Amino acid sequence: MVENRPFLNVLAHLVLIVGVAIVALPVWVALVASTHASNDFLGGVVPMWFGDQAWENYSRMLNSGISTSGMPPVGWMMLNSLIMALGIAVGKIAISVLSAFAIVYFRFPFRMVAFWIIFSTLMLPVEVRIVPTFQVVADLGMLNTYPGLIVPLIASATATFLFRQVFLTMPDELTEAARIDGAGPLKFFWDILLPLSRTNIAALFVIMFIYGWNQYLWPLLITTGSDMYTIVAGIKRMSTVADTDPQWNYIMATAVLAMLPPLLVVIFMQRLFVKGLVETEK
Amino acid sequence: MKKVVFNNKLLPLLLLAPQLIVTAIFFLWPAGQAVWQSFLREDAFGLKTEFIGLGNYKALFKSPEYLNSFSVTLIFTVSVTVVTMVFALLMAVAVDRLIKSEKVYTTLLIWPYAVAPAVAGILWWFIFNPSIGILPYVLRQLGINFNWIFDPTDAMIFVVIASAWSRISYSFLFFIAGLQSIPASLREAAAIDGAGPVKRFFTITLPLLSPTTFFLMVVNLVYALFETFAVIDATTLGGPAQSTNILVYKVYQDGFIGQNLGSSAAQSVILMAIVILLTVIQFRFVEKKVAY
Repeated sequence: MVENRPFLNVLAHLVLIVGVAIVALPVWVALVASTHASNDFLGGVVPMWFGDQAWENYSRMLNSGISTSGMPPVGWMMLNSLIMALGIAVGKIAISVLSAFAIVYFRFPFRMVAFWIIFSTLMLPVEVRIVPTFQVVADLGMLNTYPGLIVPLIASATATFLFRQVFLTMPDELTEAARIDGAGPLKFFWDILLPLSRTNIAALFVIMFIYGWNQYLWPLLITTGSDMYTIVAGIKRMSTVADTDPQWNYIMATAVLAMLPPLLVVIFMQRLFVKGLVETEK
Repeated sequence: MKKVVFNNKLLPLLLLAPQLIVTAIFFLWPAGQAVWQSFLREDAFGLKTEFIGLGNYKALFKSPEYLNSFSVTLIFTVSVTVVTMVFALLMAVAVDRLIKSEKVYTTLLIWPYAVAPAVAGILWWFIFNPSIGILPYVLRQLGINFNWIFDPTDAMIFVVIASAWSRISYSFLFFIAGLQSIPASLREAAAIDGAGPVKRFFTITLPLLSPTTFFLMVVNLVYALFETFAVIDATTLGGPAQSTNILVYKVYQDGFIGQNLGSSAAQSVILMAIVILLTVIQFRFVEKKVAY
């Protein structure tokens, strides 16, 4: 630091502690609420300290769910979310890495057209083309299927641009050497380019996994059968039912379970996550 | 631009095919459909459609509900963006000062990124619950009655907080990166010249952060415009009295619940125009940033 001002350092700590407390408040309240029995919420304010129903609430939600509302067990919804998140992450990376390779390492007619078509996905978020996209997926018979959950979301301009940037920084000598050694484009791609890009791939995987896990609108629309519900979309259905009979302990337990996988990914993969985030947006 | 490339005409097209096919089927085709449907009027049973040109658009701009949705969206997106960025900048500046504990605080502040907007909505819904929530309880002690179920202003405050919350970490990370790329020598020189920390912040740090700030502004606007759908749908459903019915939510409501396809499509097209504008601004800026 420029100069030593203990007062400013204390102030900075203070600001951060208050900030962290504000940021953490909702999750704290949810954790606490998920450990109480339903009737603890009937009178007055929510409890601010843990109850003794944690095991009962979580095991009930994971294994059977709230059966009266026709919801599948949370464990099942989490499995659906996992399949969707992995599918989206792997799918996005696979198709983007291939298209970036084609755009950077080949000269062919319509190269710029292809580039602009990919770019257009940036401008068409699913929220703005929601009705016609739903119709297309319905016409293709993809409602209530895993491909229906995954495929419409896997085109990604940002991932393609990221790989394009990465490939552009690879030295030309590398390609030259590979060509002299008689390697074809696919061999070069598989044996040289992919291994050299693996930290980028891993970083992107972290971001895309979180993106896929947290999807809401799309799974809400196209999964009408309860066995296909994902947890983020399912929790809303659960809370709508809860309007008549609020079972906050179960809803909050589900919210905690819905947050857990992406949260663990961010905390344990922090370095990769930050790298991926800052790079994809550049 | 690569100097050394492979010579093959068919292979690159095969490599591009998966992405181009997905984009054509799930992006371009529906977008084209939206444009086409926006010129049509369908009767209530979907039996008859008629071409009405710009009729849907004209009706929209005469509809008080749609105009209301516009102003609601404006207030909402600007509030979310400002709240997010002010809070994130404050945290980033504080963390930047404390090099030793930077990692701990960063970890404690970035995790909300992982929380889905829908889940964030539900968490804040619980906190702001008028009968049992902790915040209305505290506010009641202070003599303030906060009830977002009936009060439009309270509802707006509630959705802004819920939407900004999960976004703070993102802006925070970019502000940190921006702050750390400012050369220490600049601030040292200013300190030697006798500029205090506050003066240094406003004359050196903030102007040098302006590219980051601008970038975050655009990205956060896009977030507030589109991705907050989940927050609204999980909490207020656009109410009370249309007070939180943002444009993205109205497209969905009119299209799926109201079955008014023509109007919903016209709204989609207007939203697309807004995204295109914001994307172009963003890319203009990114190009400039690369040129530094």
